[in-house]
Amino acid sequence: MGLDIEANKKIIEEMLEAYPEKARKDREKHFEINNEELINCGKCSIKSNMKSRPGVMTQRGCAYAGSKGVVWGPIKDMVHISHGPVGCGQYSWGTRRNYANGTLGIDNFTAMQVTSDFQETDIVFGGDKKLEVICREIKEMFPLAKGISIQSECPVGLIGDDIEAVSKKMSAELGIPIIPVRCEGFRGVSQSLGHHIANDAIRDFLMGKRELAECGPYDINIIGDYNIGGDAWASRILLEEMGLRVIAQWSGDGTINELAIAHKAKLNLIHCHRSMNYMVTTMEKEYGIPWMEYNFFGPTKTAESLRAIAALFDEHIQENCENVIAKYTPQMDAIISKFKPRLEGKKVMLLVGGLRARHTLGAYEDLGMEVVATGYEFAHKDDYEKTFPELPEGTIIYDDPTAYELEELAQKLDIDLMGSGVKEKYVYHKMGIPFRQMHSWDYSGPYHGYDGFKIFAKDMDMTINSPVWNLIKPGKTELLHKEEAGV
Amino acid sequence: MKDRIEIPDHNSLFKSEPYVKQREGKKAFEAPCSEQETMEALAYSKSSEYKDKNFARQSLVVNPHKACQPLGALMAALGFEKTLPFIHGSQGCTAYFRSHLSRHFKEPAPAVSSSMTEDGAVFGGMSNLIDGLENSVALYKPEMVAVSTTCMAEVIGDDLQAFISNARLKGAISEDLPVPYANTPSFSGSHITGYDSMLKSIISTLYNRSGIQAAPGSGETTGEKLNLILGFEPYTGNFAEVRKILAAFDTEYTFLGDHSGNFDSPATGEYSYYYGGTKLTDVPKAANALGTLSLQKYSVKKTMEYINGTWKQQTISMSTPIGITATDRLIEAISELTGLPIPDELVDERGRVVDALTDSHPYLHGKRVALVGDPDLLIGLIQFCLETGMEPVHIICSNGDNGFKEEAEALLAASPYGAEATVYIGNDLWHMRSLLIDNPVDLAVGSSHLKYAAKDAGVPLIRVGFPVFDRHHLHRYPIIGYQGALNLLTTIVNTILQNLDEDSSGFNHDLVR
Repeated sequence: MGLDIEANKKIIEEMLEAYPEKARKDREKHFEINNEELINCGKCSIKSNMKSRPGVMTQRGCAYAGSKGVVWGPIKDMVHISHGPVGCGQYSWGTRRNYANGTLGIDNFTAMQVTSDFQETDIVFGGDKKLEVICREIKEMFPLAKGISIQSECPVGLIGDDIEAVSKKMSAELGIPIIPVRCEGFRGVSQSLGHHIANDAIRDFLMGKRELAECGPYDINIIGDYNIGGDAWASRILLEEMGLRVIAQWSGDGTINELAIAHKAKLNLIHCHRSMNYMVTTMEKEYGIPWMEYNFFGPTKTAESLRAIAALFDEHIQENCENVIAKYTPQMDAIISKFKPRLEGKKVMLLVGGLRARHTLGAYEDLGMEVVATGYEFAHKDDYEKTFPELPEGTIIYDDPTAYELEELAQKLDIDLMGSGVKEKYVYHKMGIPFRQMHSWDYSGPYHGYDGFKIFAKDMDMTINSPVWNLIKPGKTELLHKEEAGV
Repeated sequence: MKDRIEIPDHNSLFKSEPYVKQREGKKAFEAPCSEQETMEALAYSKSSEYKDKNFARQSLVVNPHKACQPLGALMAALGFEKTLPFIHGSQGCTAYFRSHLSRHFKEPAPAVSSSMTEDGAVFGGMSNLIDGLENSVALYKPEMVAVSTTCMAEVIGDDLQAFISNARLKGAISEDLPVPYANTPSFSGSHITGYDSMLKSIISTLYNRSGIQAAPGSGETTGEKLNLILGFEPYTGNFAEVRKILAAFDTEYTFLGDHSGNFDSPATGEYSYYYGGTKLTDVPKAANALGTLSLQKYSVKKTMEYINGTWKQQTISMSTPIGITATDRLIEAISELTGLPIPDELVDERGRVVDALTDSHPYLHGKRVALVGDPDLLIGLIQFCLETGMEPVHIICSNGDNGFKEEAEALLAASPYGAEATVYIGNDLWHMRSLLIDNPVDLAVGSSHLKYAAKDAGVPLIRVGFPVFDRHHLHRYPIIGYQGALNLLTTIVNTILQNLDEDSSGFNHDLVR
């Protein structure tokens, strides 16, 4: 089971029978099984970036989550106001693990929950006056804050507040950039529009605003790395070792200055294309900066990406690149020879965000694992077009699947590992299916680069091969003992 | 394992030299504050001048200790058998509530959203609600759907009653399916308010649908039962503790809201969406019980008003019974409502826990503590501190009202150990940071969110309350009842002893303490 096209089609058909007709007709369009044609041309018909059906238990979040949670939140030297009622900021406080150096509350404001805590009166009379006071009080309480972003929650857009006017006025008064972001949660169909709105705000308020003292031929930007568990650091180290100079990191461990000087780079490297493609295309258009996607998951893709990056520079960089790869290859070989025999042939199912459902494939493959079904919460058509060619025939691809669908598929496909988020994690533990959170790296990481792959491999092994799974069904432990004894 | 390879985790990896160098190098592009500026700002943030400014804040809220209403509504819904929480409004909220509860309990938190978007904002969310009910019932087969609202639905003024009626008229759901609903705007109250509203709605809806007329104390169709409410209860272990106490009394009882099944379900190889919970048919029967005992007071005000007013029952509300005195009161209350004598085994247990307290009291006595939490938890913790000789100093309740403040202050005023305490309502953990630095204490007691302020002030944190994200399984161990007092005592005294070891000078790294 796993990669049989007809059998998988049947599984999906039967699974969708549980839906009322209207919802079934919609959900049918969000599944596709990979075949030769799709692999060759990628022109899939799978529907994406559409509204979730009500009541189906989608995993998706909202535009605020995409803006505050993903794009803006990691900018460490700014204070990000969760503007509206208390909840949104409370639930997104310190949970994404976008690491940042600095002293929390002094010159780093990432793992904090700063909110206007709207009350009924703010809904009735508007929150603009309150917002002004809040900006002043931020300046008083956090004198080293280099800027403020205003992350709108649902009510702000519904009651007609003019946060743009407040931002303009207060920015002039306080002498720091204050950036209004219209990322109300009801906008769009998922986090994705929030990314776009956040990107537009960076473009309108910070991009191109500052100069870089000295420019060099090897200046590049890391775009779309949120430094989950230190991912951006584990990536940057390789680029720097290769002789490139990373002048801006967007947005993990990022600063307002890096947002404002990035236009001076010679090349944009984009990791999470879904959430920041808008910026690299904008910088290409406005400043002529070329960009390329890269993938630092797993040694195969990392080496491929390093070489592709080096190819855009001179021989000196290309030579360094080979040296970097040569330096890490023995370490990677050791990791693979240790873990691959323990993971070979293990079947994986993924449902993650808008990138990792395809970007992590290589890392699993390096360990001999097979991804039998994968898909995204909030990807767009171009993401799917890039996904099909990466996978063998028969792989199930889904878009915005519901909890019900994922659970059915996980059981029918008899998988060995599920990779998704915290809302799903404990369901799979009940089912006895090993699980890794692939948003937060399950409190581990980094997973990017060579240092990250070591941790990735170790984590996958401990998750799949932990003896605890044998305890779930009484009697299974006896089997284990027999196996260990070589019976 | 023999073929061990050193794989540094994020704790050690980023302390290694190449990464330290990288961190320094990156500063060239950060336009960072100078080290001196940072040091000065840090020192300033610890000054009394800063503290005064901090307390003068009018509108800015930093690290509050409260969540929003629908989170509580979700928990209330999961306290009932085969009940699906349905949150009407933007879908991101539901994703947040589910994540938040899963991070605390390490358990699934099933709930659906009506996934409203811009057009919902313009035309209202009726079709979303109707489709959502139809889809969720088809997929997740609940026996009750409990609808609450996000602030989006509240701001545009969606009429839940009319929408649900229309869903029935359209045949999206059957007449048999109870659909209690509660308005839970995030811009008033907190998670405990939402818990209360949803609980009251569930109880009143099921009661009204049953046609039963309350005959309190008649025991009709109930046995002579006692009703219990635990409220917004972050400890599944507290349900187990109450069950143990009631079993000792040998009385029949009904929990009005019991989410311990859903938040402590077994790993069996299969997943069901629904575990345990109060049986729906037990709710109307509860109207005929001898009385209702609530172990939270501030969290379930409206529900208790309803039970008093409509069911006309004897009711007793108390805050979380933490410690010996409060547990004594709990035991007396059960005895009073049921007319049953206090069982010997509880008297024995009491004696054993008091014995433990006498053993540990030298380490607790005079320890200055800071407390953070929901109002009922704080009342319980204050009582525990006062009866063990610990001295509450700073008490912050972001979601407390004046009634809470008065009660807390009266408790503190009645004890010499409460003399140094100040109770703050509506304040946040950034205020607490100033308090901990300005007027140091020995221990901070509160949720994981307090870990930042505790670290800045160098105070050990005892994790109690909600949410606890960064320690495992604490919620499985009761903090109420005599057993709960012992659990808390053990955690606190051993934290103090650990610190004694860590701060020892070598010669007094004592073997026996």
